[in-house]
Amino acid sequence: MATNLFDGLAYGMLLFVMAAGLSVTLGLMNLINLAHGAFAMAGGYITVILVNRLGVPFFAALPMSFIGAAVIGLGLERTLYVHVYRKSHLEQVLFSIGLVFMAMTAVSYLAGSEQQFIKLPAFLASRFDVLGVSIGAYRLLIIVVCGVLAAALQFVVARTRFGAQLRAAVDDPTVARGLGINVDLVFAATFAVGSGLAGLGGALGAEILGLDPTFPVKYMVYFLIVVAVGGSAGMTGPLLAAVLLGMADVAGKYYLPQFGAFIIYVLMIVVLLWRPQGLFVRAGR
Amino acid sequence: MKRLVAALLLAGIVSPALAQEPFKIGLILPMTGPSQSTGKQISAAVKLFLADHGTEIAGRKVEVILRDDAGVADTTRREAQELVVKEHVNALAGFGLTPLALATAPIATQAKVPMVVMAAATSIITDKSPFIVRTAQVMPQVASTMGSWTAGQGIKKVMTVVSDYGPGLDAETWFTKNFQAAGGEVLGSLRVPLANPDFAPFLQRVKDSQPDAVFVFTPSGYGAVFIKQFIERGLDKTGIRLVALGDVTDDDQLNAMGDVTLGVVTAGPYSAAHPGAVNAKFVSAFKTANGGMRPNFMAVFGYDGMQALYDAIAKTGGKGDGTALVEAMKGASWESPRGPITIDAKTRDIVQDVYLRRVERKDGELYNIEFGVVAKVRDPAKSE
Repeated sequence: MATNLFDGLAYGMLLFVMAAGLSVTLGLMNLINLAHGAFAMAGGYITVILVNRLGVPFFAALPMSFIGAAVIGLGLERTLYVHVYRKSHLEQVLFSIGLVFMAMTAVSYLAGSEQQFIKLPAFLASRFDVLGVSIGAYRLLIIVVCGVLAAALQFVVARTRFGAQLRAAVDDPTVARGLGINVDLVFAATFAVGSGLAGLGGALGAEILGLDPTFPVKYMVYFLIVVAVGGSAGMTGPLLAAVLLGMADVAGKYYLPQFGAFIIYVLMIVVLLWRPQGLFVRAGR
Repeated sequence: MKRLVAALLLAGIVSPALAQEPFKIGLILPMTGPSQSTGKQISAAVKLFLADHGTEIAGRKVEVILRDDAGVADTTRREAQELVVKEHVNALAGFGLTPLALATAPIATQAKVPMVVMAAATSIITDKSPFIVRTAQVMPQVASTMGSWTAGQGIKKVMTVVSDYGPGLDAETWFTKNFQAAGGEVLGSLRVPLANPDFAPFLQRVKDSQPDAVFVFTPSGYGAVFIKQFIERGLDKTGIRLVALGDVTDDDQLNAMGDVTLGVVTAGPYSAAHPGAVNAKFVSAFKTANGGMRPNFMAVFGYDGMQALYDAIAKTGGKGDGTALVEAMKGASWESPRGPITIDAKTRDIVQDVYLRRVERKDGELYNIEFGVVAKVRDPAKSE
């Protein structure tokens, strides 16, 4: 039981880090970016190349997966996304899904369509017992890394000057500009950080979720559910939603394997019937 | 009068050309998308076959037209239709996944074109058209062999974990059937969704049920994550044995999967390490032609599919229509790189030896090393 909760927590945290960027762009910047998973995939492949081909240690490759995905995100934001911010949602969907297909084809051309495996340090494959609960070292690492990131994100968005600028820029870009906030810069930085987080999530998740060119499509639904269930108020909503979904998914597959894959959808339906705007909603929109 | 002469002349020029008309094979494979590896292996094997056996048989030139369906059934069907109607192909071949083969079956029947299935493994496929011949493997064939073998190892209690799609359910059914028939007990049958993000809950359930062994079937590529987590969760240390089907330790992926696979026992029709001169020649020629890529079971299935067609063309003197070709393939028998194989005259399905193999290190690489064999296995789902 406790092991299942632990596994679910690790899985949920992973979902959160991958979906956090999406909840910012979708919830705060009001941009539907279905290509978000592609940045996670990019981070995963960057890590595979660094660790397996170039022999970079796993822990040094993790920050680089963040930076790599963030740089790609920034580049695309400045060149492409900037044109669709003001377009209709349909156009944003079409644009970003096109980007997904291009990313998938590019990756399968460059790296092949097979599953990639990151060579992990041996100690991460170990397992130990804490108070009778069997804990995997790798999953513990995921929980710690993602937990720290979640706390940092919440702090930045809710408490710092940059967070305030971001919220202001989202609520009313015109007035924000009038107050001297460089809205373009704020959006670009936010987009880059969101992409970077996805990249880090993809790197951490490759071991558990697998990594192949279909990654962005395979897990798109999960990211969207996290955002839909979590709502758009800061980082708490998506975090709780991700952990809830992770645990429900693991528990569902353990206790009711015949309905396992369906549990998260039931959960989503229930939550959205109860709170159509998601668990946490910002007031005054 | 002039016109008549011209027509006669034209006829004179055209008719020898008609006799020379190439035998066209429409090869439809997933060359892109998630099953790309299947397409890559089979197309490489077909190329190798043409290099080995020449492109002329019984006085007819053979032409292979390769089409990519990306693993999407609609596309397979459309490509097949186009190949039949526009290219007038004499045979269809390929079919990477069960739905792709099923979608094309009606076209083979209507056009009376032989359809050689080189990969898709669900039992029902050959029932869907009298023009379907299979040179791949049949899931119940390997799964039932594994079921009997497992029971023979003194293993009493088993959990099964399969991917939740056609071949997975076939594997579960036939493993269970033979395992139970031999007195074994199946504690639970878990089905993992294909787009499954995490094996943890399924593995935890296996661990908590404490079976003697766990039987696994996943399509090639998914198996590695399962085996890794099996080891990481310490299931091997609690004395639970892992038995699987050959797809899980696919030769194409085995080295990338790494040392965690060492000792995994699988049942399958082909291993690149299969002893014998035919296979040694096949493997070395395949590697030379493809930059060192190791052939996997799909490659051999494709190679044998071409052999079946070539033999049928030769037997019918290059003049056979679809019906005659299928008749010629029925009961055909030859020495494949995997060992002796026969096309069952009644079911048009493959009869082959199924090997028991263990992953071992050989010459610095990981291989499925055969240690046992069950000869001439038919599809048990059809022999009832």
